[in-house]
Amino acid sequence: MADTRNKPGSWTRDIAMMMGTYIPGFAKPPARFVTEDGRAVHGVLAEFKTPAEVYHAAEKVRDKGYKRWDLYSPFPIHGIEGAMGFKRTKLPLLVAAIGFTGAGLGLLLQYWVSAVAYPLVVQGKPYGAWEPFVPIMFELGVLPSAFAALFGMLALNGLPRFHHPLLGQKSFWRVSDDRFFICIEAEDTKFDAQEVRTLLESAGSTNVELVEDDA
Amino acid sequence: MKDPDQINTERLAGMGTVALAQTGDGTLIEDPAIEAPLVINDREFADVTETVCGYAEKPAPLWWYAALTAASGAALMAMIFIPYLIITGVGVWGLNNQVDWAWDITNFVFWIGIGHAGTLISAVLCLLKQKWRTAVNRSAEAMTIFAVVCAGIFPGIHIGRVWMAWMLAPLPNYNAIWPNFRSPLLWDVFAVSTYATVSLLFWYMGMIPDLATLRDRAQRRIAEGKAMHLRLMLPTGKPLDIKFINMDKIRAFGYGLFSIGWRFSSRHWHRYEAAYLILAGIATPLVLSVHSIVSFDFATSVLPGWHTTIFPPYFVAGAIFGGFAMVLLLLVPLRVVLPNFSDLLTLRHLENMAKILLVTGMMVGFAYAMEFFIAWYGGNEYEWSVFINNRANPAEAPYWWSYWIMISCNVISPQLFWFRKLRQNPTVIWIVALAVTIGMWFERFTIIVTSLHRAWLPGEWHMFWPTWVDILTFVGSCGIFLTLFMLFTKFLPMFAMAELKAVMPQASPHPHDEEGGH
Repeated sequence: MADTRNKPGSWTRDIAMMMGTYIPGFAKPPARFVTEDGRAVHGVLAEFKTPAEVYHAAEKVRDKGYKRWDLYSPFPIHGIEGAMGFKRTKLPLLVAAIGFTGAGLGLLLQYWVSAVAYPLVVQGKPYGAWEPFVPIMFELGVLPSAFAALFGMLALNGLPRFHHPLLGQKSFWRVSDDRFFICIEAEDTKFDAQEVRTLLESAGSTNVELVEDDA
Repeated sequence: MKDPDQINTERLAGMGTVALAQTGDGTLIEDPAIEAPLVINDREFADVTETVCGYAEKPAPLWWYAALTAASGAALMAMIFIPYLIITGVGVWGLNNQVDWAWDITNFVFWIGIGHAGTLISAVLCLLKQKWRTAVNRSAEAMTIFAVVCAGIFPGIHIGRVWMAWMLAPLPNYNAIWPNFRSPLLWDVFAVSTYATVSLLFWYMGMIPDLATLRDRAQRRIAEGKAMHLRLMLPTGKPLDIKFINMDKIRAFGYGLFSIGWRFSSRHWHRYEAAYLILAGIATPLVLSVHSIVSFDFATSVLPGWHTTIFPPYFVAGAIFGGFAMVLLLLVPLRVVLPNFSDLLTLRHLENMAKILLVTGMMVGFAYAMEFFIAWYGGNEYEWSVFINNRANPAEAPYWWSYWIMISCNVISPQLFWFRKLRQNPTVIWIVALAVTIGMWFERFTIIVTSLHRAWLPGEWHMFWPTWVDILTFVGSCGIFLTLFMLFTKFLPMFAMAELKAVMPQASPHPHDEEGGH
C-alpha cells in the first residue's frame, strides 16, 4: 500500500473534494491507501464487547498519538472525552450567540411595531415601555436557540450524511445494539494497517477488520 | 443485603448468582442507601433493544387495531365538526352569550396543561439528574406534542374567522395593521408555538439514535435474508401475508432517512449530549413560561376570579399535575399489554410519578385554598361573591358540582398516595390518574365558566350549557390525541433506548470501582 495522497491543491479544489465526501456526484479525494484489488481503505475497525474494554482501548489509542480515529458506542460512555482526549465542543457559544441575537431582534421588532410603525394607546402606557415585551423577547430567544442547538450539533457532526464507509460494514451494524467499536482511519498520518491491527488486538478486541470505502 | 447494581455487575462478570435482591420487582424499599434498579430481571443491552424494537417491528396485535379504530373514529368526529363550525359560525357552540370562552378555551388549557409533563420529564428531570426519567421520557414527550396539537386546534377555531388567523403574526399587510404586543393573548401565540416547536425538536433529537437502531436492525435482517414482509391481522385473528411488500426495505429507507446517517460516534455523542443539555436548559424556563403566559390570559383581565396574582404558579403546578396524570393514564395499561415492558418501566417509576402527583396535587390544593383566603382577606366583595355564590356554595352556585368535582378529584384523590401499598398498585395509580385528568378538566371549566357566567352586569347573567357540537368536538380532540399516540406506539421507539442503556449498571466503564468512579 502506497501513499497516493495528492499534494495540497488550490482551496477551490479542496472545497470540491470536501463536498465529494458528502454529496454524490462530486469528485472524491484520492485515497491514501488502497487494497491490492484497488479499493480505497477507510480504516481499521475493532469490535469490543463491554464499555470497560473499549474505554481502556481508547486510552491506549490516545496514548499512541493517533488523531483521526473514533470510538463508536450504542450510548454515550461516561467520561469518554478524557479517555479519547478531545476538546469540549464550541456548541454552547454558538447557541448563546444565536439565542441572544434572537432575543435582541425580538425586542427590536416589538419596539418598532409598538412605538414606530403602529403606535396604539394601550392602557395609557408609554409606546416604547419595555416591560410588556419581555415574554415575547424570551420566546424569540428560546426558539432560535433550540434550532441552533439541534442543527448546530448536526452541522458540527457533519450530518446529515447518508453514506459513510462504516455504515456499509455488516459487523458495524451492531453498534446500535450492544457492541462497541474503535476505528482508526487511513487518513491518520501515523496509520499503518498492520501496526493498528496489532494495537487493537492487544487492547482486547475480539474482531479486527479492514474497512473499505466502496462507494 | 446486596446492592442490586452489584448483583447485576457480578452476573455479567460471570460471578455470583442471579438471585434478585429485595428490590427485584423494582419497588422502593426502606433502606434509602439502596436504589431499586432501573431495569429489572437482569436485562442486557440487547434485551433492551429487542424489547423496544421488537414490538415496533412485529405485526401489530389485534388490540392495537381495535384501539386505533376506536381512536381514529373519534378523531373523524373532530374532522367533521371543525369544518362544520368554520362553515356555520361559532354559534353552533353553546357560547352564544357572554360566556364567550367556554368549552373551547377549557379544552385548550386542558390540553396545553397536559402537554407540560413531557418537557418537564425530559428537561427539568434531566437537569436534576433523575435517571429514572429515561424509561418514561420518550412516551411523555410524544404525548406532549400530541397534546399541544390538540391544544392548538381550539383557540385556532374559536376566533371565528379562521382565515384571518395570519393576522396574529407580525406580517406587513395592506391595512398597515400590526399586532398588539402588549396583549397576553399575543404572548400566548408566541409561547405556545415556540413550545410546540421546541418540544418537537427535543423529541426528534432524542429519537435520532433510536431511529438509527431500527434502521440497522432492518439492514441486518435484509443482509441475513430474513427480511419481513407486510403482515396484517384480520379481525378473525388470522394473519394476512402480503409478500411483495418488503417491510424491512421500507424501514431501512424511512428510519434511515430520519436518522440522517447517525453512526454512534463518540465525537458526535459529545456534541449531542451538549445539545441535549442546552435544550434541557432552555426548555426548563420555557415550560414554566408557557403556562404562566396562559394564566396571564386570565390574570391580566379585570374579572373577579381571574384577576389574581397566584395564577402563574398555580397554573404551572396544575399543568405538571395534569400532565403526569396523563402520562400514567397512558403508560400503566401499555405496561400490561406490551410484553416485557414492565422490566423497563418498573414499579419504581410508577411510584416516583405517584409521588409527583401527590406533591403537585398538594400544591394545587394549596392554590385553591389561597384563592379562597385572598378573596376573603382582600375584602373585595365581588371576588368573595365569585368564590361563594358562583363556585362553592351548593345553595347559591349553579355550577357547584363542577367546583366540588375539581376539589375531590384533584385534592382528595391523590391523598391515597400517602400509603405505600396504594402508590405501588398500578390499578390504584391508574384510577387516581383518571380522576385527576377529569378533575383538571373541571378546574379549567370552573375557572372559565363560573367567572364569566355572572360577570359585572347582572343583566347579562346567563348559564352556559354545551351543545352536542361542543361535546363531540372535544371527544374528537381526544380521538386525535389517541390516534397519534397509537401510531407512535407502533412505529417509533417507545423508550429512549440509548439513554436507558446509559443508565444501566453495565454501562459504566469502571464496573469494579463502584459509584461511577470519577
